[in-house]
Amino acid sequence: MALLEVKQLSIQFGGVKAVQNVSFSIDAGIVYAVIGPNGAGKTTLFNLITGVYTPTSGTILLDGEAIQGKAPNELARRGVARTFQNLQICMNMSAIENVMVGAHLRLDRNPLKAALRLPSITRRDAELRTESAELMRFVGLDQYIDARADSMPYGALKRLEIARALALKPRIIFLDEPAAGLNPKETIEVDALVRKVADSGVTVVLVEHDMKMVMNLSDRILVLDYGKKLAEGSGEEVRTNPDVIAAYLGTHA
Amino acid sequence: MKRSVYLGLYVVIAILLILPFVLPNSFYMDLAIRMAINAIIVLGLNLLIGFAGQISMGHAGFLGIGAYASAVLPTHFGWHPLLAMGAGVVVTGLLAAVLARPIFKLKGHYLAMATLGLGIIINIILRNEAALTGGPDGMSVPPLGLLGFDLTSDKHWYWVVALLLSVSVWASLNLIDSPFGRALRALHGSEVASQVAGVDVVRYKVAIFVISAVFASLMGSVTAHYVGFVTPNFADFFHSIELVTMVVIGGMASVYGSLVGAVLLTALPQALSSLEGWETVAFGAILMACMIFMPRGLVPTLAAKFGRGN
Repeated sequence: MALLEVKQLSIQFGGVKAVQNVSFSIDAGIVYAVIGPNGAGKTTLFNLITGVYTPTSGTILLDGEAIQGKAPNELARRGVARTFQNLQICMNMSAIENVMVGAHLRLDRNPLKAALRLPSITRRDAELRTESAELMRFVGLDQYIDARADSMPYGALKRLEIARALALKPRIIFLDEPAAGLNPKETIEVDALVRKVADSGVTVVLVEHDMKMVMNLSDRILVLDYGKKLAEGSGEEVRTNPDVIAAYLGTHA
Repeated sequence: MKRSVYLGLYVVIAILLILPFVLPNSFYMDLAIRMAINAIIVLGLNLLIGFAGQISMGHAGFLGIGAYASAVLPTHFGWHPLLAMGAGVVVTGLLAAVLARPIFKLKGHYLAMATLGLGIIINIILRNEAALTGGPDGMSVPPLGLLGFDLTSDKHWYWVVALLLSVSVWASLNLIDSPFGRALRALHGSEVASQVAGVDVVRYKVAIFVISAVFASLMGSVTAHYVGFVTPNFADFFHSIELVTMVVIGGMASVYGSLVGAVLLTALPQALSSLEGWETVAFGAILMACMIFMPRGLVPTLAAKFGRGN
């Protein structure tokens, strides 16, 4: 059975149909890419699946359970993690604390125990700090383990988001343009990182404009255009699909 | 957060231990007690404003509930003062929890307006229920009995308040550097990111609102017993603003900033009283200068200047 199944998903903002009747399914363990021209509805689709928006209609099944309209924190509980196209880093915290927030649901959040600094809390926090430093090394942020978030460069912050998402111990991770704004060298590094994440057993869903990276990484690709599903298939199928070529290059090209 | 933040706690305790032996007279003793009381309220408020990034313009209302619980219940119903204090905390906690749900659907200016309204309503009730509260004239508060003897002398009050302050600083530092505290700071930094990480944003906002309201109620009761008299001014709008100003001047999201803000703004009107009528102007000018030159507040600005975090 597919890990994620999206059926007839739609959302409308006033008169704008940002996503219309989109259906697809994602098997566990693969890298799935969503591509399409600017404004095609890729990020909206992510926002729908990760609970930031509530769909106007349609169903989303995660492991058979309907999750449409559930809040992001309830989805986090079910192992859904994501990063953001426009960075969402907590600049008021240190880099490693940002990663530690990702592990929120795996911790004892009782404020009274915390205020009394009970050993159970501090011990777990110390373990988590080690674990988070390990995650930062995993995403290649070795040199920023003691840094403040607001002192880090853009490329490093993009990885920090991935580390935070991984701290959730997700089953499925949604990466919204992980390579956007990065230079070619950084892009290759992120490419390798996404591969590593997929190899660790997490299902990866990716929105990305860098076609080389998409073709290189993805097992399957969904193409959106004007909020509608244009095509879906392997890299080769998508690349040779005449509708896709038309959408990207124009019909008279 | 580094171990070194707890160093400040030792400094605070040391100052609190030395202070009563160097203060020249009871006027300063009284000032020190009021500073410490304000500092505890501001600590709680800073958890809400500075750390969680929410606002309350009605916190004096909660202070008023605590103060009047300690005045009305023992006087009219013969409750033990400690029981009355507890009742104030319970009522405040419940009120804050019930109201916070709808209030925290709001953001920014709307949230400020809603909390402001809440504070004003509490103030009006205290003013108008004259049969119980004495109305605008206020009412006297029976002394607080602890372990068989009444707390009346400044010296005893000082030690009680100093202990409460030390514990509050310690607990606040602990809370901030915990899963609960990180969730609060994260929802301030990026609400959507914290939510995606699993933080139930509304629940955390409600929780910290209740915690800070309870801090205020408790200290309202303490103030009532210490002063021996309550008036609706405890709960008025200007007092709420004063508390928020202490948070902002001292430094948002800074535990020690809360203390500095409370100490300065409690002392400042006294220090300026020689200006005869012009003290409000001087007060306003000082606040404006602080905001223009140190928008992050005194402690964070100075800490950044001298290269130390927090």
